[in-house]
Amino acid sequence: MSETVSAAEPGKAPEESEQCESYLEAGGHTLMSWLTTTDHKRIGILYAIAITFFFFIAGIAIGLVRLELMSPRGLFLSDDEYNRLFSLHGIVMVWFFLVPSIPATFGNFFLPLMIGAKDVAFPRLNLLSWYVYLLAAGFACYAIVAGGVDTGWTFYTPFSSLYSNGNVLAAAAGVFVAGFSSIATGVNFITTTHMLRAPGMTWFRLPLFVWAIYATSVVIVLATPILAMSLLLIIAERLFGLPVFNPNDGGDPILFQHLFWFYSHPAVYIMILPAMGVISEVFTCFARRHIFGYAMMIYAILGIAVIGFFVWGHHMFVSGESQFANLMFSLLSFLVAVPSAIKVFNWTATLYRGSISFEAPMVYAMGFVGLFTMGGLTGLFLASIPIDVHVTDTYFVVAHFHYIMVGGSVSAFFAALHFWWPKITGKLYSEAWARFAAVIMFLGFNSTFLPQYIMGYTGMPRRYHVYPPEFQAYHVLSSMGALVLLTAYMLPLVYLTWSLFHGKKAPANPWRATGLEWQTPSPPPEYNFEEIPRVDTLPYEYHPENQGGPFRPQGKVIGGK
Amino acid sequence: MSDDPSVVQFPWPTVARQREGVAFGMWTFLGSEILFFGGLLLTYAVYRTLYPQAFNSGSAATDIFYGTINTALLLTSSFIMTMALRGSESGSRGVVAACMLTTAAFGLAFLAVKGLEYAEDIDKHLVPGPHFPLHPPARLFFAFYWVATGVHAIHLLVGILVAVFLGIRVALRQMAPESTAIEAASLYWHFVDSVWIVLYALIYLPGRSGA
Amino acid sequence: MEGFAPKASSYASQWDWFFFVLVTVSSIVVATVFVAIVHFSIRYRRGVNARREPVSETFSNRLEFSWTAGTALAFLAIFWWAAAFQLRDFVPPEGALQIHVIGKQWMWKIQQPNGVREIDEIHAPIGRPVQLIMTSEDVIHSMFLPALRLKQDVLPGRYTYLWFNADKPGVYHLFCAEFCGTSHSRMTGRFVLMTPTEYSRWSAAQPEADNLARQGQALFSSLGCSGCHSKSSSVPAPDLHGVFGNPVQLSDGRSIIADEAYIHDSIVLPEKDIVAGFAPIMPSFAGQVSEEQIIKLVAYIRSLSTERHP
Ligand code: HEA
Ligand code: HEA
Ligand code: HEC
Ligand code: CUA
Ligand SMILES: [Cu+2]
Repeated sequence: MSETVSAAEPGKAPEESEQCESYLEAGGHTLMSWLTTTDHKRIGILYAIAITFFFFIAGIAIGLVRLELMSPRGLFLSDDEYNRLFSLHGIVMVWFFLVPSIPATFGNFFLPLMIGAKDVAFPRLNLLSWYVYLLAAGFACYAIVAGGVDTGWTFYTPFSSLYSNGNVLAAAAGVFVAGFSSIATGVNFITTTHMLRAPGMTWFRLPLFVWAIYATSVVIVLATPILAMSLLLIIAERLFGLPVFNPNDGGDPILFQHLFWFYSHPAVYIMILPAMGVISEVFTCFARRHIFGYAMMIYAILGIAVIGFFVWGHHMFVSGESQFANLMFSLLSFLVAVPSAIKVFNWTATLYRGSISFEAPMVYAMGFVGLFTMGGLTGLFLASIPIDVHVTDTYFVVAHFHYIMVGGSVSAFFAALHFWWPKITGKLYSEAWARFAAVIMFLGFNSTFLPQYIMGYTGMPRRYHVYPPEFQAYHVLSSMGALVLLTAYMLPLVYLTWSLFHGKKAPANPWRATGLEWQTPSPPPEYNFEEIPRVDTLPYEYHPENQGGPFRPQGKVIGGK
Repeated sequence: MSDDPSVVQFPWPTVARQREGVAFGMWTFLGSEILFFGGLLLTYAVYRTLYPQAFNSGSAATDIFYGTINTALLLTSSFIMTMALRGSESGSRGVVAACMLTTAAFGLAFLAVKGLEYAEDIDKHLVPGPHFPLHPPARLFFAFYWVATGVHAIHLLVGILVAVFLGIRVALRQMAPESTAIEAASLYWHFVDSVWIVLYALIYLPGRSGA
Repeated sequence: MEGFAPKASSYASQWDWFFFVLVTVSSIVVATVFVAIVHFSIRYRRGVNARREPVSETFSNRLEFSWTAGTALAFLAIFWWAAAFQLRDFVPPEGALQIHVIGKQWMWKIQQPNGVREIDEIHAPIGRPVQLIMTSEDVIHSMFLPALRLKQDVLPGRYTYLWFNADKPGVYHLFCAEFCGTSHSRMTGRFVLMTPTEYSRWSAAQPEADNLARQGQALFSSLGCSGCHSKSSSVPAPDLHGVFGNPVQLSDGRSIIADEAYIHDSIVLPEKDIVAGFAPIMPSFAGQVSEEQIIKLVAYIRSLSTERHP
């Protein structure tokens, strides 16, 4: 914000881009041109690389855990190593993979394109967020290399503040700094959505993906600082001995849990809302139908974002919280599920009278709906206090959140990846392989996590390195499933990379979709639009009978196809 | 307010829109900041209700003299910051540069006084630890004291750096006085100032009212 | 250890029933969504001849409204049922057998009412209410008794409670369910339910069976409490007879019922609640007395009240 650009004409990019030069060419191919770019599209790709790296780091960690759990007494890890591996897995998956996954990659890439803007509101801040993310990742990697952390991703006090001899400081610092990156991105997206929508792109013409990213950003901006503060208090306690949660000085360790979950419950919606946005885009496109209940979908997104702030206590039903508080949190948890239900029903109804085809993004998206519903419904089990009392801190909870975060959000991430891959890279991938991978992923996923529901119900506690032998059968099943899952995750890596070099060139709009992003060439030019487009219709005007055509784009883009 | 095109940055269409956007972004960020300090204030509220006496005795041990001087310093600095903003609106380079730097100077003075106060606190063993002179729950008060004033000081330091940076660039003609960054910086500064007012009330006043 | 998810109380059976109903309802929901998706996918797949004109606005609004209202009502019903189920068994009945539990990295220390100590094992009788009074010496642990479908976190500096009325003798799992460090997964033990006769035979056969309150009385003098809290003492300190279970007037105007937590805090955090009319001169015993000793002291102080008001 502090520098001035000496461009002669306001709003115009410094150098006017060539008609067809894509963002991949413009600015050059050098490493420096990528590391100093302020183009939201390139930054999206920088994020994509970083989070993929962390996905595999966290995946390897849990791969070892799953291997270890094949035997009730363990195979090759010590107790401490085990604890460090699952903590690493949770911390990295949540803060270095899933929270930034869809927003920072696809949100970055497509938010400006979809609302008809040339970039995000603060392009340099956008690049800065990525570097801050890297700094955070540096702390996290240091924590991993220098011995690891053993607190779980939840950092409960007083264990984390007084007793743990893991590298809590570095890990907490990493998460703390990652928070800044999130907040900067959130501020950027909110401002972009408010200030840079193209003429005619009113709030009720925004694609649902934009709405989802917008709501997510609001949640990020309001919830993340609380996490930052709670981590800071842990750091203060560990580093300077300031007793904040120390029961020996009259401190209250439960207070930390309130602070933590006040962030972390909204955070689970940070992880699911963008996924829901993606699914809405994909369903309507491949069903060739206007999304069912567009306005209701928006209210559902907002409802989830708002009510999501008031349910955090459902993670603490057995912590000694008062019965009254428990009941309130339970009731609110049921309330927050209503908008999710609305979304599931609307997606299903979108198929009604559609003209459905099953390209890879759609297969992933259908997997999402099934798995998310199963995960969400078990969320209702957990929201029922007596049920939670028994299954909390067992594998039932582990299964619940993997169904939503892996079955849901990760599936949605792959849906988005396949949906937008031709636009991002300008290349087409092998449809057959992609569908095959989607199906394998679905099967592998269920065989990994379905057994976990059952063993959770029978009482298998989570974060257990050694366990009674009667649970072994389920653990072995689960580990086998993880192997299938591993294959499924490796496949896209192969065929997508292959498509980069040998894939057919993608047309501008391979799916015949209505969004503005599809009206630009594939890959899009450096500043997205030569002229800011003018928007004159609702999103998702698929096969409007009265128009004669198969679909009607949201606006005409100059220099587009 | 001039419409100097050199103030406009990509991807904003006009200065006016950019100004709006920058202010909007800054407010959004400050919303985030409010919740950041909110977490801390919640901690304070919980412990103060649990241990009212310890908090009173903790507060009584702080040095209200330094605290009050600092409040005055920051209030003045905010006033000068407002003058910088006026200067920015009327496009006067000299006013902006001078006021930004003076604001920063007041900020530095605040930190210096805070440093003196910290030295005194450490001298009196008011750091929770083996020689802590008060009853144990008063440690909770001092934990809050150190974290809150520390975090506030870091915020202020950032503000000072930004003010110096902008002031110098404006003075060296590397930046137009109308730059939207001035407004963003001033919003931030006022926010940091307001946080101090709240902290002042929470840290220095409790043990002194009434009795 | 027997069977698939063994249960040892009627509560556990009801719990299973509740769980089963939820599973059924959820399966119906999943099946409905699944069937709808598959049905539409076939009926309206591309290239197939089908009716595809827009649905009317009123129809879609009505549909939207009914499933929103429908789910909201269904959710409220589940909430209601769960809440009722939870509240019914919340308060322990009078006269429950009280067993003290202390969590510590990484073991459970149990103190039977007659003073018998156990490690990583809880023996309890069936057919009568039993209450666990729990605290931790270090980090947060969690007492998990899967056969009873019960769990409760165990916190440092605070007492938490769990009660049950079991009906099936046997040996069951006892887990620590809250992550507590290196050997969290080894902080397990045996939960032994016995018939009342077996239980009394078992506890009589244990060595060191001594009344908790009597052990507390010994501590009370060896720790120096009696130096202040006795009639002959010159230090102005409150008389502890009749304190337990009764309201105490505090110097800041509040009044508090003296329960385990209050006595506990009086010993390790005496400045927290000062008794009206006394100077805050009682030293903190934090670090000098263990949680086990506190349990004994509490038992002694409790006995001072029961003696007076039988
Ligand atoms: C993206 C992540 C995500 C999402 C979206 C959710 C969504 C929900 N979660 Fe989940 N949750 C987690 C991630 C997530 N959760 C994580 C990570 C944890 C564990 C943290 C830890 O301890 O490590 C957790 C733990 C957790 C707990 C605490 C468990 C415990 O530790 O004891 C609870 C308790 O209430 C809960 C509830 C819910 C509910 C009610 C929803 C709802 O929003 C779900 C709503 C969706 C639906 C309900 C499905 C669709 C509905 C229909 C099709 C309707 C039809 C139904 C009927 C008519 C009956 N979750
Ligand atoms: C946010 C997203 C996220 C994602 C994507 C995942 C993905 C996976 N998780 Fe994760 N998980 C969490 C978030 C996530 N998890 C969290 C928050 C916790 C709680 C932590 C805590 O308790 O604090 C947790 C805990 C957790 C546990 C419980 C550990 C315990 O309590 O002791 C288990 C156990 O099976 C598990 C399994 C898996 C598996 C099999 C996958 C798979 O989907 C991943 C598959 C990916 C790969 C396999 C990638 C590639 C791997 C390699 C190249 C290495 C070689 C592989 C093998 C040897 C098999 N997870
Ligand atoms: C130096 C003297 C002294 C010693 C030693 C002492 N106390 Fe006290 N105690 C007091 C005073 C004075 C009070 C009242 C003020 C207060 O509440 O702190 C008190 C209050 C109490 C109370 C609350 C009584 C009420 O009426 O509510 C309990 C319980 C108690 N002490 C138990 C103990 C035990 C157990 C020990 C030994 C481990 C002990 N005290 C040792 C002086 C002492
Ligand atoms: Cu004790 Cu886990
Ligand atoms: Cu939650």
